[in-house]
Amino acid sequence: MRNTIVERSAQRITESGSNSAESKTQKSSPRFFQFARWFRRTGWRHCVAVVACCFAGFPILYILSASLNQQGTLMSANNLFSHVAIDNYIQLFHLPEQPYGDWYINTIVIGLSTAISSVVVGALAAYAFSRLRFAGRRVGLLALILLQMFPQILSIVAIYLLLTNIGYIVPALGIDSQLALICVYLGGALGTNTYLMYGFFNTVPKEIDEAAKIDGAGHARIFFTIILPLVTPILAVIALLSFIGTVSEYAVASTVLVAPQKQTLAVGLYAFVSQQFSQNWGLFSAGAVLAAVPVVIFFLFLQRYIVSGLTAGSVK
Amino acid sequence: MIQHDSSPSRKDIRKKKQANRVASQASTRIGTMLIKIVLLGLVDALSAYSAFMLAEQGNWIILSIVVATTIVVNWIYFRRDGLVAKYLTPGLIFLLIFQLFAICYSTYIAFTDYGTGHNSTKEQAISSLIQSSQRRVQGSASYKISIVECGKTLNFLVTMPHGEAQIGSEKTPLHEVASATKDDAGQAVSTPGCSTLSFNDLLSRQDEVTSMRVPMSADSQDGTLKTADGQTALVYKSLLKYDAAKDIMINTQTRVRYYDTGVGAFTSKGGSRLSPGWQINVGISNFRQVFTSQEMRGPFLQVLVWTIEFSVISVASTFVLGLLLALVFNNSRMKGRAVYRSILILPYAFPAFLSALVWQGLLNEKFGYINQVLLHGVDIPWLESPALAKIAVLIVNLWLGFPYMFLVSMGALQSIPKDLSEAAELDGANAWQIFRLIKFPLLLVSIAPLLISSFAMNFNNFNLIYMLTNGGPINANTNMNVGSTDILISMVYKIAFVGADRNYGLASAFSIIIFIVVAVVSAIGFRASRSLEELN
Repeated sequence: MRNTIVERSAQRITESGSNSAESKTQKSSPRFFQFARWFRRTGWRHCVAVVACCFAGFPILYILSASLNQQGTLMSANNLFSHVAIDNYIQLFHLPEQPYGDWYINTIVIGLSTAISSVVVGALAAYAFSRLRFAGRRVGLLALILLQMFPQILSIVAIYLLLTNIGYIVPALGIDSQLALICVYLGGALGTNTYLMYGFFNTVPKEIDEAAKIDGAGHARIFFTIILPLVTPILAVIALLSFIGTVSEYAVASTVLVAPQKQTLAVGLYAFVSQQFSQNWGLFSAGAVLAAVPVVIFFLFLQRYIVSGLTAGSVK
Repeated sequence: MIQHDSSPSRKDIRKKKQANRVASQASTRIGTMLIKIVLLGLVDALSAYSAFMLAEQGNWIILSIVVATTIVVNWIYFRRDGLVAKYLTPGLIFLLIFQLFAICYSTYIAFTDYGTGHNSTKEQAISSLIQSSQRRVQGSASYKISIVECGKTLNFLVTMPHGEAQIGSEKTPLHEVASATKDDAGQAVSTPGCSTLSFNDLLSRQDEVTSMRVPMSADSQDGTLKTADGQTALVYKSLLKYDAAKDIMINTQTRVRYYDTGVGAFTSKGGSRLSPGWQINVGISNFRQVFTSQEMRGPFLQVLVWTIEFSVISVASTFVLGLLLALVFNNSRMKGRAVYRSILILPYAFPAFLSALVWQGLLNEKFGYINQVLLHGVDIPWLESPALAKIAVLIVNLWLGFPYMFLVSMGALQSIPKDLSEAAELDGANAWQIFRLIKFPLLLVSIAPLLISSFAMNFNNFNLIYMLTNGGPINANTNMNVGSTDILISMVYKIAFVGADRNYGLASAFSIIIFIVVAVVSAIGFRASRSLEELN
């Protein structure tokens, strides 16, 4: 009995020990058992992971291959990577009726402005809720959570009619104005982001701003030069999530933006591909790949922050 | 003297306050002050501009709201106290206009018949009816005209039957012109201050000229002048005549009378309506229609049930797959986890509307990769058969949603203290028991709220449905434009913005029903998750 326990603990020690120690002890055992053991411990995990990665990555690999296939139909796209040419990408920018270049720039401009303004607006509000004590603070927070459940797409009719009416007064903020679209998105910013930011702001110790206050710093300086640098991770997450959300948003953008050269990628590409689905496949794929590249790169670059941001955001 | 020390006089307090103010003013940098002034200046400029426009239109109510808001905003940022307002105002303004007001406005619209044929006031409807029903008056004289441009507006310079000249544009009815030059045939051809359009000008501005309607007089019943060639004009009169005293519309040709019977349009005794009508409050009729009308109740219930099924199954399937993967990956001995994770979250990073379109290609019946290559050339109607389309939607949503669940489950698993499972291991629990009795309940506490918000998100997952199946395949049993994979929100979008017959009122009523359903489910969910928290 005692022997087995000693053996087990010895085993545990070797397992947790460094790799070199592990390989030394295992050198004597036959190769097959070594593999079986490895498989039982972590090998099967790799199998599962590979299968899951195929499921997750395949559609993206497929669209990449289709974008490089100059034959350009849905049928021809099935021969993965049979052709590699960038014809589709070149042709994409020379379409007679679809201003892809404009869509791209519009999407980037609208996405970035919405992301940056949402972060600014959300950070200001989160700071107030986290650091200042005022009547209605708790009610305000609750109201924001409640508002989160009424996404803007539900009031899409009202937004459309509201912008139509604003357009009679200030044409630059009416239907078919990108500025108006950004304003609409900003309206949803406080509801979606404040609570996530509020949780993160709370993790910054209050002693820091109290110390700064004693040293004579005003509230603006505390906010901009002390708090903001400390909460950069959540700012990055919010900016990224709101950028992705804006890039993908279709319903509101399609009702607000009318002229083709003012539309975003979501509106334009959808109209383009739904006209002649299988014929335009190559061009659509190229457009999709180009549209996804900046988003995916940002995402992978910031993924560590995103993971912490998502779990911090869980309402407790 | 002693008294003076213990209770400082008002003078001293004021001095101290003044000193504080000077100190704080000295500490604010000029740069920040400048930014503040510039931003406020922009806001003020915008509201001054809209105030002018509003004043021009005589819209005094909104004008006063704009002015009041501007004054409040300036007051907030120029006074010293009121820190909270300074931080909350920027976000709150947008929230109030585009979220709160929009919600209230859609509630209001839900109780109206706003939509195609009912989108203006009664006065506008009357003038547009009279405008659009104009016909050439049989046997009326034709007038010799010249087109002249005065400033930037085009005018008809008309030679009347008795030889005198009159001038008028779309905005100003015909009136006498002081002096006009006439050609040999007695037709007025030019007038001081205006340039006459040459034949070539006429050709190049043909569309502009032929679309003009110049009123004969201030009374709209006298008709308008319209030209086809830029040289002669004919009188057009409205078929419809509005009798303001009796509030009836009369067709002058058929003598049919149309009455305002309270349905938002002029209606004849026979029941035919004149379009456009105007917007009226219809009370709960939109809601009543949803729940009681034969042709709408069936599709609505079907869509409601599918929406709930779709969101529940989506949350469950993504959570199960995400959690399983997180458990598999939650092993520090496994190598290459960072690489795997980067690939696994690709579906989350890829813009969702694109993913749905890509999957639409993959699942295409005739040419798609899944039928052609993976299944060796079969013809499975993934998106064309009602049952398979639902399955396809769920699979694609699993693909879209599992990375998020994977990430949050991973985070939650890592935040569970290791000593708990170690202690259980010492007590002889096996891996399944540790998971079921220790890790899962703890995990659920932190993830349950996320599951609820994921449910609410999927309930309104417009992009997936609209881009993947467009709600189809179309349900042949109903007259409504509703398919078997339509969820409530895509139905709202179709009712409001797709097709010729837009019904904003009904769409808003549906929005409100969605809101109520989501709110109720979330409330139940949050209550359950709170009791879950208390249990642990």
